[in-house]
Amino acid sequence: MGKFLARRLLNYVVLIFLATSFAYLLAATNLHPRGYFEQMQPPPSPEAVNAQLDALNLNDQTPIAQRYVTWMSGVVVGDFGQTIQGGDVTEEMWMKAGVTLRLITVATILGSAVGIAVGAYAAVRQYRGFDKVSTAAAFFVLSVPTVVIALAVQVGANGINDLLGFQLLRYSGEYSAGFQGNGWELLLNRIHHAVLPTFVLAVALFAAFARYQRNMMLDVLGSDFVRTAMAKGLTRRAALFKHALRTALIPTITYFTFTFGALVSGATFTEKIYGWHGMGAWLIDSIFSQDVHVVAAVSWFMAITIMAASFLSDILYAWLDPRVRV
Amino acid sequence: MSTDTVTTTDAPSTGRGDDAPVLEVTDLTVTFPGLNDTTDVYAVRGVSYAISRGEVLGIVGESGSGKSVSSMAAMGLLPDHARITGSVRLHGEEILGLDDRAMARKRGRVISMVFQDPLSGLTPVYTVGDQLAEAVLVHDPKTSRARARARAVELLELVGIPNPEQRYRSFPHEFSGGMRQRVMIAMAMANDPDVIICDEPTTALDVTIQAQILELLRTAQRETGAAIVMITHDLGVVAGFVDRVLVMYAGRPVEMGAVDEIYYSSRMPYTMGLLGAVPRMDLDRQGALVPIQGTPPSLSDLPPGCPFAPRCPIAQPECELAEPDLLPIGDQPSAEFIRAVHDGTPAPASAADDVHDTGVQRSACVRSGEIAENAWTARDIYPVPEIPDTPVSAVRRDDRAEMLRVAELIKHHPLTKGTVFRRRVGTVYAVDGIDFDIREGETLALVGESGCGKSSTLMQIMGLERPQGGTIEVMGQNTAGLSRSARFALRRDMQIVFQDPMSSLDPRMPVFDIIAEPLRTHGESPSEVTRRVYELIDLVGLNTEHATRFPAEFSGGQRQRVGIARALALEPKLLVLDEPVSALDVSIQAGVVNLLEELQARLGLAYLFVAHDLSVVRHIADRVAVMYLGRIVEIGDTHSIYTRPSHPYTQALLSAIPIPDPEKERARTHIVLDGDLPSPANPPTGCRFRTGARSSSHSPRTNRSSA
Repeated sequence: MGKFLARRLLNYVVLIFLATSFAYLLAATNLHPRGYFEQMQPPPSPEAVNAQLDALNLNDQTPIAQRYVTWMSGVVVGDFGQTIQGGDVTEEMWMKAGVTLRLITVATILGSAVGIAVGAYAAVRQYRGFDKVSTAAAFFVLSVPTVVIALAVQVGANGINDLLGFQLLRYSGEYSAGFQGNGWELLLNRIHHAVLPTFVLAVALFAAFARYQRNMMLDVLGSDFVRTAMAKGLTRRAALFKHALRTALIPTITYFTFTFGALVSGATFTEKIYGWHGMGAWLIDSIFSQDVHVVAAVSWFMAITIMAASFLSDILYAWLDPRVRV
Repeated sequence: MSTDTVTTTDAPSTGRGDDAPVLEVTDLTVTFPGLNDTTDVYAVRGVSYAISRGEVLGIVGESGSGKSVSSMAAMGLLPDHARITGSVRLHGEEILGLDDRAMARKRGRVISMVFQDPLSGLTPVYTVGDQLAEAVLVHDPKTSRARARARAVELLELVGIPNPEQRYRSFPHEFSGGMRQRVMIAMAMANDPDVIICDEPTTALDVTIQAQILELLRTAQRETGAAIVMITHDLGVVAGFVDRVLVMYAGRPVEMGAVDEIYYSSRMPYTMGLLGAVPRMDLDRQGALVPIQGTPPSLSDLPPGCPFAPRCPIAQPECELAEPDLLPIGDQPSAEFIRAVHDGTPAPASAADDVHDTGVQRSACVRSGEIAENAWTARDIYPVPEIPDTPVSAVRRDDRAEMLRVAELIKHHPLTKGTVFRRRVGTVYAVDGIDFDIREGETLALVGESGCGKSSTLMQIMGLERPQGGTIEVMGQNTAGLSRSARFALRRDMQIVFQDPMSSLDPRMPVFDIIAEPLRTHGESPSEVTRRVYELIDLVGLNTEHATRFPAEFSGGQRQRVGIARALALEPKLLVLDEPVSALDVSIQAGVVNLLEELQARLGLAYLFVAHDLSVVRHIADRVAVMYLGRIVEIGDTHSIYTRPSHPYTQALLSAIPIPDPEKERARTHIVLDGDLPSPANPPTGCRFRTGARSSSHSPRTNRSSA
């Protein structure tokens, strides 16, 4: 098992290196940082622009190979270069990652937990009322793009706020601008702001998990081992919970890890719409500001999270399912 | 589940002796309501039985007879939508209609169950030990974990799992089928229940493992003193194991009595037919088997009268009027009485006691009295086909043409490990040097347990290619040197019938096309194809109108006939039969076996018959080759192999098979092998049967011949 995982890990390292390199080369050849400086008011002199670009390792007159080597030698020691405004990419990246993690941790746990519970119960009540309602709800959510859900929730929240006459639901920013208060008040303020975007993310996840878990659960419901569990004296509920659900959870949990990894950089729309400055939003912004290093760094981060998630799901699978242990 | 309990007046009736029955089932019915447009399925209709402590009751019936459903109903294991009526009393207490919580307290403690398929019966993610301990803990949560664990280890030891301490931590997939069934039995024994229901506990197992499990169930009964309900379709298993038998047909009990009464003086044509249909391993010249015509009725569309009447050879018009009750022999109403009731005369209310199990032999046949008076047997009432002798049987074997010769055949599979860097870590010796030949008009049976290499041998032969090692000669032609066209031409002479008639016929092709396909492939003219297909349909006992139907419209036996017709289309001289009847019910199997014998006699075919059922083999084969771990350990003519087996494995194999004859079965002592089959990837050196783990419980006799 250890050897197997070590080999997997090595594969991942190679993949991450390739993904990051391609992202850098793509960004460096297609983005146009020179334009960013040239359009400044007042227009700087060409020499000044060149000097700026050279300082940031973004000069398109330097051969791409040389720029790549310079950049990569920094990456190896944990330095992802500078943003086009001159800030430190590495430092900013961890900050943005923190924002995103705060947003998605609660959302994924909430969304998948509710989804699993609803899906499993729907399977037990197959073709009954609960199953029909939950299936309809899940398919409705799945068929509506996240953007639309996010906007609709925002509009709805606005309507409720107007109706009530005060701000019950916050729908913009991570915390109130210029908010002053002690630790507890700040935390409450942050939670207040997090409610809606978390809800939006959780709803989309709930739908996917409910469908997935329902199918997994249906596969094991009629299993002989559930019948065996009942025959030895477990109630139907206990047999379903302890034997059927436990077995049906294995594929779902690995799916969960994967979702979490993918969401680190996949919550873009929600972040943009709700004014959270997380990873996804940062990527979009950096493309508009021709920021090569940020694009490459975000790509690196995405690769890392996806690989980490799949590595983790491998380990989890082996841990949960004795049949695949070697 | 909706239940409707019969309001029984007072204490349960006790017909026999003074010991009150542990489990008493009265007039149990189970109906599965049809969803949407489908009709209701009447799975069980009026089953009654009573069983006392230490007694063993066998419930016998073919698939779909309601034998499993009735016991699942008693255990409260049926899905919610099943409609159950009647009464199930456990120690006099009504348990039908108890809620799940109350029922769960009974399950596993007072009444427990062993299921058919041990491979899927254990939860894959928990260790076997934990699952056993759970059975203890769930009924006594106050037990400490350590105490439950100790009990689980004790149980594992009791059911014969070696190294129980270590094996406690094993997961189900690390156990063989036989070992898993042992764990299931341990689970059923865990709380010393008063009733153990065994639902086909050995059907999925090899015959030597079956012998072990039956032995273990006897031990379980001794240890717990429990009453056992043994549900099975195998009349051999029942004969030596049970005290009384209940025969079910189409959801109804049709006959009930002591095991000897049922086996030696059955008064119900269905039971009689069933017993006559079983090939007997202990009889040398049994003659043709008794085939029961037709198929069981659909449980959602039952005839008004006796459900067996359409298949019954002695049915009278009265049989179709009303369903006969299960009554003592001779107590059945007269034909005039049935007609009178049918015509509207109000029937006198039958005594309520009738539905109870009274312990005497009872039969649900209006002619049961007549059968008893005339002492009819299956051969008297069923038309048994006359099967002529093979024309070539007069010729000496050595003078007959050789159809197939296999010499030193070898098939080894590499055992590899790793996905990125595949490397060979061992070899599976699937077929390891076997020799045999088949002459014209003769049947050679290749027998052995699962994993012995039967199928690998077959596939090698059917491939008509150069084998990995050794030679295969078909009709005198060595397959190693065949050109493409010669190989194609040779296929005409050797055809195959597969095991599973459900999956070996294309569901989207009508029967005509299925049978015509080999003819068309080999370029017959359309008019010749049509002529031949109808000839074949007639030959295998199907009707002309069947030609346009699809396989799904046929029963298993009919489908296998289609498969045989397809194999015969090209007039082969050698037919390879890969377990052709093992998926069929006994009454259907008899018809197919008879057909195969008849075809052999009429067409002079040679058969290579691969099977694990040694009773069928004795019936059909001229010569038998016994395979064990890729080798033939003994080969010879059927008579000498069965009467004087010389290899210890053959002896054990033959001894393990239960005979459907209670007296003989009780008198036999079975050689019970210990342990499982060794892996063909790691066969023991020298004699493969030598390993102590496998043969410790029998004393080796001096070998007369063979391997």
